[in-house]
Amino acid sequence: MHEIEESNSKIQTSTVTGTEEFVVNMGPQHPSTHGVLRVILHLEGETVTDLDCDIGYLHRGTEKIGENITYSMFMPYTDRLDYIAAPSNNLAWVTAVEKFFDWEIPIRANYIRSMIAEFSRIASHLLWLATHALDIGAMTVFLWCFREREMVLDLFETAFGGRLTVNAFRLGGLEQDVPEKFLTLAQEFIDIFPSRIQDYETLLTNNRIWIQRTRGVGIISGEDAVDFGLTGPLLRASGVNYDLRRAKPYAAYPFLDFVVPTGENGDIYDRYIVRIEELRQSVKVIQQCLDQLPVGPVSCKTPRTIKPPIGEIYHSIENPKGEFGFYIVSDGSEAPYRVRIRPPSFINLAALKKLCMGELVADVVAIIGSIDIVLGECDR
Amino acid sequence: MDIVTEALIAFIKIAVVLAVVSLVVAYLTYLERKIIAHIQMRLGPMRVGWHGLLQPIADGLKLFLKEDIIPAKSDKIVFILAPIMVLVPAFVVYSVLPFSENFYITQVNIGLFLILAISSLGVFGIVMAGWASNSKYSLLGALRSAAQMLSYEIFLGFALIGPLMLAGSLNMQKIVEAQSGGWFVFYQPLAFIVFFIAALAETNRVPFDLPEAETELVAGFHTEYSGMKFAFFFLAEYANIMVVSTVGITLFFGGWMGIPGIPLPGFVWFVLKLATMIFVFIWLRATLPRYRYDQLMRIGWKFMFPLVLINIFLTGLIKYLFL
Amino acid sequence: MELPFFYLFSAGIVITSLFMITRSNVIHAALLLVLTFFFLAGLFVLAGAEFLAAVQVLIYSGGIMVLYLFSIMLMNVQVAVRIRQWHRQRFFAILILLVLGFEIWSVLGKGVFPKMKVWPWKLGATPGNVEALGSVLYTKFVFPFEVVSILLLASMIGAIVLAKKKIDS
Repeated sequence: MHEIEESNSKIQTSTVTGTEEFVVNMGPQHPSTHGVLRVILHLEGETVTDLDCDIGYLHRGTEKIGENITYSMFMPYTDRLDYIAAPSNNLAWVTAVEKFFDWEIPIRANYIRSMIAEFSRIASHLLWLATHALDIGAMTVFLWCFREREMVLDLFETAFGGRLTVNAFRLGGLEQDVPEKFLTLAQEFIDIFPSRIQDYETLLTNNRIWIQRTRGVGIISGEDAVDFGLTGPLLRASGVNYDLRRAKPYAAYPFLDFVVPTGENGDIYDRYIVRIEELRQSVKVIQQCLDQLPVGPVSCKTPRTIKPPIGEIYHSIENPKGEFGFYIVSDGSEAPYRVRIRPPSFINLAALKKLCMGELVADVVAIIGSIDIVLGECDR
Repeated sequence: MDIVTEALIAFIKIAVVLAVVSLVVAYLTYLERKIIAHIQMRLGPMRVGWHGLLQPIADGLKLFLKEDIIPAKSDKIVFILAPIMVLVPAFVVYSVLPFSENFYITQVNIGLFLILAISSLGVFGIVMAGWASNSKYSLLGALRSAAQMLSYEIFLGFALIGPLMLAGSLNMQKIVEAQSGGWFVFYQPLAFIVFFIAALAETNRVPFDLPEAETELVAGFHTEYSGMKFAFFFLAEYANIMVVSTVGITLFFGGWMGIPGIPLPGFVWFVLKLATMIFVFIWLRATLPRYRYDQLMRIGWKFMFPLVLINIFLTGLIKYLFL
Repeated sequence: MELPFFYLFSAGIVITSLFMITRSNVIHAALLLVLTFFFLAGLFVLAGAEFLAAVQVLIYSGGIMVLYLFSIMLMNVQVAVRIRQWHRQRFFAILILLVLGFEIWSVLGKGVFPKMKVWPWKLGATPGNVEALGSVLYTKFVFPFEVVSILLLASMIGAIVLAKKKIDS
C-alpha cells in the first residue's frame, strides 16, 4: 500500500518536474520560414535534437497541369515556380523544349536570354540577401536590397510588361525585341550596382556580429553536399566547382567570360560570400552581353503547332537557387505526356536536417535563410 | 510648509513628469521610425499631420480601439497584470531622476540604488507575460529575456560602481555635482563602454533584442498580446531607454551640467545629451544584426564581467594611492 | 504619520503570506511572495533603513524570485495544481505551530529587541545609512561577512558540481 502510494507520487513528480522534449512548431505562418514551410523542431533547451520538414502547403499540381496543355501554354505556369526569378524558369522551359528540335535560335535572342537570366539571378540573390539579413536582425540591408530589386523589376517591366511573372521568352526565341530604353536602363543599372553591392558588404561582410552568427554554422562538406544532391550556391560554398553555365552551357553562356565563385568551409558565411560574388559576376556577364549584343532577328521560324517527336529529354539550367531542370516525355502530340520538374529548393531543403542538427533555434532561422528556398518551386 | 502643500507640490511634479514622459515616449517611437527610415533611404511616416507628426497619436488611438484579445487558455489574472508590471517600474524610476539643477521629483540618498532596484522588477512583467500566455514562443522569449536581463543587470550595476567610487554618493544630484571638475566618462571610459553595452541588453535593443527577436520567436514574450496591453510593453521599452540614457548621462556625462563657456540652462543641456544618447540607440538598431543567445551570454560573462571587476579594482587602487 | 503605513504594510505582509501558502498554483504563490517582499521593503523604509529596503527589492524580488520563477515556469504547473497539497501532517503542523508560537511569545514578551544596542543605521553620524552599513560591515562584522561569503561560494560551487554531474550522466 505504502509502496504504491510512493511510486504514484514519484510518477506525479516526474511529470511535474521531469524533462520533456520541447517541441516547437515553426511555420507555416512563421515570419522567417520564407513562405509556407513548416518545420517541427524538437529542442533540448535551445539546441535542436530533431527536425521535421513539412512541405506541400503551396502544392498546385503544376506538373499535372503540364500534361493537359500545349508546350507554349505551359510557359506562364513556369513563372509561378520560382517566382522570385521567373525569367530563369522560362529559360529552362524554352531551352528544354527546344532540345527536341534543331531550331537555329538567333544569337541576339540567346544574348538577351542570358542577360535576362542574369538579371533574374540578381533579383533572386537580392531578395535572398534582404530576407537573410533581416532574419539575422540587420534590417537596413533588407530595405537597401529591395531598392535595387525594384530597379531590376522595372527593367523586366520595360522589356516584357510584367514585373514578377514576366512570361519572358517564347519557344524559338523572344516574342519581340527588347526596346532601346531597356538597354540604356540596363546599362545605368550595371553602372551603379557594383557600388551598391559594396554598400551591403560594408554593413555585413566584416561585421563581427554577422561573422559570429554565420561562420561555422550549418556546415556541410563537399562530399555530403554532392551526396545530398545539393546544387547552386549551396554546393559551391562547400568547395565543389559545379555550375551548369559552365558544365553544360546554354543560351549565350559559351561566349561569355565569368568566374564561378566557390567557398571553402560550406558554412552560412561562405554561402553569403559566394552569392555576393555571384552578384558581381552577374554584373560582369550583363556588361559583356550589352557590349557584344549582335543585331538581327530575335526569333527563328517555328511551326504553328509545336509537336515534338516521340521521345524524352532532360534539360537543366543554373537557376539562382541551383539546378533547375525539366524532364519532358513527348508522345508526339501537342501536349507533353509527362512533365517532371527538378526544383533546386526541394532538393536543397532535404539537407536542412543535416545542417541544423545540434545547432540552436536562432541558427535554424539563419540556415533556412542560407539555403534560399522558394516554396513555389519546392511544392510545385 | 505644512504637509498638505508639500504633498500637493509633489503631486503636481509627478503629474507633470508623467505627462511629459508619456508624451516624449510616444514621440520616441516617431523619432525612431523617422531616423531609421532616413538611414534606409525612405521617408517614414508622412501622412498623418505635417511630416507625419501626429502619427504617434493616431497609433495610440488605434491601439486604444483595438480588440483586446485574452487567449482562452491563458492565466487571465497574470496575463492582465503582466503589462502593468512592466510599465509601472519603468515610470516609477523617473521619481529620482534629476532633469535639471532644481527640477526633480525627489532626492533620495540611495537614488541610484533605488533606480537599479525598481528597474530590476521589469523582468517580472516579462516572465509573467511569457508564462501566462501559455504559448511556447512566449515562454521561450520570456526565458531568454529573464536570463538576459538578470545577467546584464549585474554588469550594469558593476559598471556603475566605478563612477560611484569617484562621486562618493548614491544621490543622483550629488553625483552630478561631483562632476563639476570633469565628466566621469573621461575617468571611467571602460565603465562607460560596459555600461552602454549592458544598457543595450537591458532594454532589449539591437544587437541584443533576442527576447523579442521577430524572426525567431515571432515576437517573443508579447506574441499573444494585442491592443493597449501590447502598447504598454512598447511604452515601457521606450521609457526604459530614456531611463538608462538618463542614468548614463547623469553618471558619465555630467547630467544637466553644461560645457563651461556656453551659457545654456541646465534643462537644455540635459535634453541635448539625452537626445544624443537616444540617437545612438536608434542608429545602432539600423546598423547591426542580432547576436545569438549563447553569444550574448558569453560576451557578458567572459568579457564584460572581468572587465568591470578590473575597472573597480583599478579605480579603488588609484583612489587609495593618489587621492 | 508612520503608524498607519506601518499597519498597512504589516497587514499586507500577513495577508499576502497567507495567500501565498494557500495557493495551489506555484506561480501565483511565487508572485504573492514578491508582493510580500514589497511590503517588507516598505517596513524597512519606515524603520529608516532605505538601503536595506532597496536591497530587499533588488536581491530578493529582482534576483532570487525571478530565478525561482524561471525554474517554476518550466514545470508542468497544470499537473502540479492537481497534486494533493495536504499530506496528513496536520498533527505535526499544529505541534510545531504551538512550539513556535510559544517561542515568539516568550521572546517578544521579554522585550529582547529594545535591548539591542547596535542599530546599524544609528552608528553613523550621517543620515545616509549606506556609509554606516558599509563601515560596520567591513570593520565590526568583517569576519562573519567573510564567512558568509565563503559559505555562499561553497554552496554555489557545490550546486554547479551537482548539476554538472546530472547532465553528464
